[in-house]
Amino acid sequence: MTDHPILEVENLCTTFSRGGTALPAVRDVSFALGKGQVQGLVGESGSGKSVTLRSILGLARHYGEVNGSVRWQGQELTTMSEWQLRKIRGREIAMIFQEPMTSLNPLLTVGTQLTETLKAHTDLGRRARRDRAIEMLDHVGIPAASSRLGEYPHQFSGGMRQRVMIAIALAASPKLLLADEPTTALDVTIQAQILDLILKLADEMSMGVVLVTHDLGVVAQTCDTVSVMYAGRVVEQGDVRQVLQTPRHPYTEGLIRSVPQDVPPRTQLYSVPGTPPSLFSLPEGCAFAPRCQAASEACGSARPTLQDIAPGRQTACFHPMPATQEDAA
Amino acid sequence: MSDAVVTPAKSSDAPLSRLQLALRKPGFLIGAVILGISTLLALFPSFFAPYDPNFIDYLAVRQPPSWAHPFGTDMLGRDALSRVIHAYTVNMQMAILATVFALTIGITVGALVGYYRGVADMIFGRVVDAIITFPFLVLVIAVVAVLGPGLINMYIAITLVGWVYYARLMRAEVIAQMGNDYASAGIVMGYSDRRIIFRHLLPNAITPVIVYWMTDMALAILLGSSLGYLGLGAQPPQAEWGVLIAEGRNFITTAWWLSLMPGIAIVITGLGFSLIGDGLADLLRPRG
Amino acid sequence: MTQTVMKIEDLHLSFPVSRSLLDMVQRKPGKSVNALNGVTLELLQGETLGVVGESGCGKSTLARCIVRLYPPTSGQIHFDDQDIFDEKARKDRTYNRRVQMMFQDPYSSLNPRMTTGDILTEALRVHEMRPEAEIASRVAELLELVRLPQDAAEKLPHEFSGGQRQRIAIARALAVEPEVLIADELVSALDVSVQAQVVNLLLELQERLHLTILFVAHDLRLVRHVSNRVAVIYLGRIVEIGDSETLFSSPSHPYSQALLSAAPSLDPDDKGAAIQLEGELPSPLNVPPGCPFHVRCRHVTAQCRTVIPELRALEGRGEVACHHSEEINQYA
Repeated sequence: MTDHPILEVENLCTTFSRGGTALPAVRDVSFALGKGQVQGLVGESGSGKSVTLRSILGLARHYGEVNGSVRWQGQELTTMSEWQLRKIRGREIAMIFQEPMTSLNPLLTVGTQLTETLKAHTDLGRRARRDRAIEMLDHVGIPAASSRLGEYPHQFSGGMRQRVMIAIALAASPKLLLADEPTTALDVTIQAQILDLILKLADEMSMGVVLVTHDLGVVAQTCDTVSVMYAGRVVEQGDVRQVLQTPRHPYTEGLIRSVPQDVPPRTQLYSVPGTPPSLFSLPEGCAFAPRCQAASEACGSARPTLQDIAPGRQTACFHPMPATQEDAA
Repeated sequence: MSDAVVTPAKSSDAPLSRLQLALRKPGFLIGAVILGISTLLALFPSFFAPYDPNFIDYLAVRQPPSWAHPFGTDMLGRDALSRVIHAYTVNMQMAILATVFALTIGITVGALVGYYRGVADMIFGRVVDAIITFPFLVLVIAVVAVLGPGLINMYIAITLVGWVYYARLMRAEVIAQMGNDYASAGIVMGYSDRRIIFRHLLPNAITPVIVYWMTDMALAILLGSSLGYLGLGAQPPQAEWGVLIAEGRNFITTAWWLSLMPGIAIVITGLGFSLIGDGLADLLRPRG
Repeated sequence: MTQTVMKIEDLHLSFPVSRSLLDMVQRKPGKSVNALNGVTLELLQGETLGVVGESGCGKSTLARCIVRLYPPTSGQIHFDDQDIFDEKARKDRTYNRRVQMMFQDPYSSLNPRMTTGDILTEALRVHEMRPEAEIASRVAELLELVRLPQDAAEKLPHEFSGGQRQRIAIARALAVEPEVLIADELVSALDVSVQAQVVNLLLELQERLHLTILFVAHDLRLVRHVSNRVAVIYLGRIVEIGDSETLFSSPSHPYSQALLSAAPSLDPDDKGAAIQLEGELPSPLNVPPGCPFHVRCRHVTAQCRTVIPELRALEGRGEVACHHSEEINQYA
C-alpha cells in the first residue's frame, strides 16, 4: 500500500505560553499516513502526543502557536481559516476523545446528537438521517439501536458511550479518524471490543487512523506504524514490529522493558530512573540524557536529530542500541 | 540498582511571592489600604477627629461643609466629620463582633455535621431550612424586639441567625474534602476524629468560609447601621453611621451632608472588605 | 506452613441508593448497590495477594472494607483472631497501625497543606512510634527508605511528581511499621516508566520488612508480576483464586480466561487467542440471578441461570466458582 499519503505532517511545532514562558509542547514532529493505515503516537504524560493530535485539526490554535505543515490530501491545514477547517472537521477528519462522558452533550438525546452531525455534514433528508443514525448505532454494536435513539448519554455505560462517540465521529464517513486515548477510561474487555471496532471500521471504510495512547500493548495490537514521543519530540518511529521488537532508542527500550511481560515474576523490573522532564526546564541537549544509561558528554550539550537508520525507520540518538537480529529470541 | 534517587520536580518560587502577587492586584491593594485606614480610624478616633464628637455648639447648627467643618455640623452644632470618624470605632467593631461568633460556631458545627453526617446532619438541615426561609433582616429584628434594643443584643441576634450561613458553607466544603483520599488516609492511619476534622479537613475547607466572612463583615456593618437607623441598634448620642443617617433624615433637603457622609463611609468600608475577600481567595488556595 | 494473618469470611456490602420521589410514591422498595456479595479470603503471612477485576467489580470496596473505611453489611474480617468490626475492636487503633493502605490518586491522598515532614511526623507522633527526640532522624530514614531526597521533608505535595507522591504515601504507611499493606491501584495513575520504579520499590520493601500485601489493580501484567496468589473478582464475588502463575498461564473460569486474553500483548503478531466477551459488566444494581457471569458466558447452561456456583477446589489449580470448569478446561 504505497499510494499517496493522505496526511503528511512535517516539522510540526506547537508552543504554549504560560506566564510569559514559551513552552515547547511539540517540536519537529513529522509523519505520513496512507489510506487505511493506522499510525500510533505513544508516550508518557507531557510527551506532546495529544497536543500533536490536536494540532492536526487546528484545535491547539486556541491555546498555542502552531508552526510547520500539516497537509491533508494536498491541502495545508495549518494556514487554513477556522471557517474552512470547519468544513473538513467532522466530514473528512473526525476525532474521538478519552472521556466519552464529557464529549457528549448530556442534555441532548443520542439520536439528536447523531442527526445533528449528519445535518451539518451531509445532504441527507430528515428520514434518511434517522435511518443513517440507526444504521450507525447498529454498526458500532449498540443493540436495539432504533429504541435507543431517544435516550440520553447518562443512560449508556462507559463502553456504550464510547461506541456512541465513534458512531457520531464516523457518521459522515470521514477519511481520517484522530483517536485520543479512546480506550484509556475503559476496562480491558471493553477496550478489546472498542479497538476491534475501530480497526474493523477503518478497514471497511478505508479510513486512516492516528491513535494516541500510552499503552504499548494497544500500539502493538492496532498500529501499522508508530512514533514514540518524549518531551515533545519523536525519538523513534517506524514499522510497529521493528520498533517494538528491536527498539533502537534507549527510551523506547526502557518503555518496553518497563512492561512486566515475559519477565520472571517478583523480580526487579527494568525501570528508567527519574521522571520525565518538565517543559519549563528541558535539559539542554537530548531531553532523555539525564535518565539515559548510554548518555555521553555529547548528549548533554547537543540534541540528536531524527535520522534514517533503515528504510522507513528513524531514531534520534547519538548512541542507538545495537540492531539485534530480527528474530531475537 | 536501576532505581536512582529521584529529584523533586522543579521547586516553585519563594514562599513570599503569593502575598506579593496578591498585592500586585489593584483590587486587593486598594482593599488593603481602605481597611488599613479604617482600622486606624477605629483604633485612634480622637487622634484623627478635629473635634470632640459630642461637643454641642448651638451657635453653629446645620452649617454646610466648610474648611472649619469639612462635613458640616449637625442639628446640635456637633462636627459631622468628627462624628463620622468616631463612628468607625463602633461600626468596625460591629464588623468583627457581629460575625466572629457566628463564624466560630458555624465552622465548628458545619465541620462536625459534614464529617459525621447521620441524624445530626438531618436535624441541621431542618434548622437551616427554617432559618433561611425567613428574610435575614426580619428575623434579626424579631430577635432584637424580644431581647430589647442595644448593641449587645444586636450582636446576639445577628449571631443567632448568621451562624447558619457559615455552617452551611463549611458543611458543604467538608463533605467535598471528604471525597479526597487524604481524609480516608487519616482514618486508615488511625487518627482521632478531632485530628482529622480540625487538622486535616478544616484548613483545606476553610478558604471559601473566610472569603464569605469578608463579605459578611461588610453586610454586618450594613445590617448594624440599618438597625441603628431603625433605633434598634446603637442608641444616640452614640456616633454610629446608621444613627447619623437617621439623625440627618429630617434635614435631608436642607442639610443633605448629614446623611450622605456616613452613607459614603459605609460604602467605602464595605468595598474594602469585598476587595480583600477576592484577593484572599487567591492567597489562601493551596498550590498544585 | 505459612500462617494466615487475615481471614475474610462471607463479606457482603451494599450501599443504599437514594430513592426518587416517584419510587416513594409508588412504594417501590429501596434499591441498593451490591458491591460485595460474599467474599471469603485468607491473607497469608508474607505473601502478595493480587486482586483483579473490572471497574465496579468491588475490588476497591473490598480494600476499603479491610481498613475499616466501610463497615460491611454482613460477614467478618478476622485479624489476630479478633473480629475487626467488633464493638471493642473498632475503638482499638492499633489495628490501623498494623494494617495500612495506599491509595490510587497521588494528587488527593496527601493533605495539600502539610509538608512531607509534617505528614510523616504526624504518623510517628500519633502512634508514638519513636520518642520525640528521635522523630527527625526517623523521618530522614523513611525518606531514604522510599528513595526521596532529604530536602523533600520541607516541601509541600504539589512540588512533587505523581510517582514521588506515591513514594510519600508509601513512606507514610511504613512510618507506623505495619504488617499488612493494602495497595489500591497504587501505580495505575502513573506513567509506565515510573510504574516500574514504584513496583520495584514495593517488592524490595516487602522483602526487607516482611510485609504482607494485598495488591488491588486492574493491570493484569502488573498483578501477575507482583503476586504470589491472585483472586479474580466479578460483580462482588471471587470467581477464581489460586497461585498466580497457574492462574495466569491456565485460567479456569471463563471470565478469567476472557479477562486475561483481553490484555493486549506487546507482540504485534500475538493477536490470536483473544476471547471476545459479549456485552458489558451488568449493573451492580441488579445482579443477574444464578451465576453472575452467565449473561456474558459462552458456556452458559440452564443450571448457570438459576444456581449460584460456589468456589470449589479444582485439581491442580486453585478454587473456581463455575459449574462447568471441568468440561471447559478439557478443551482449553
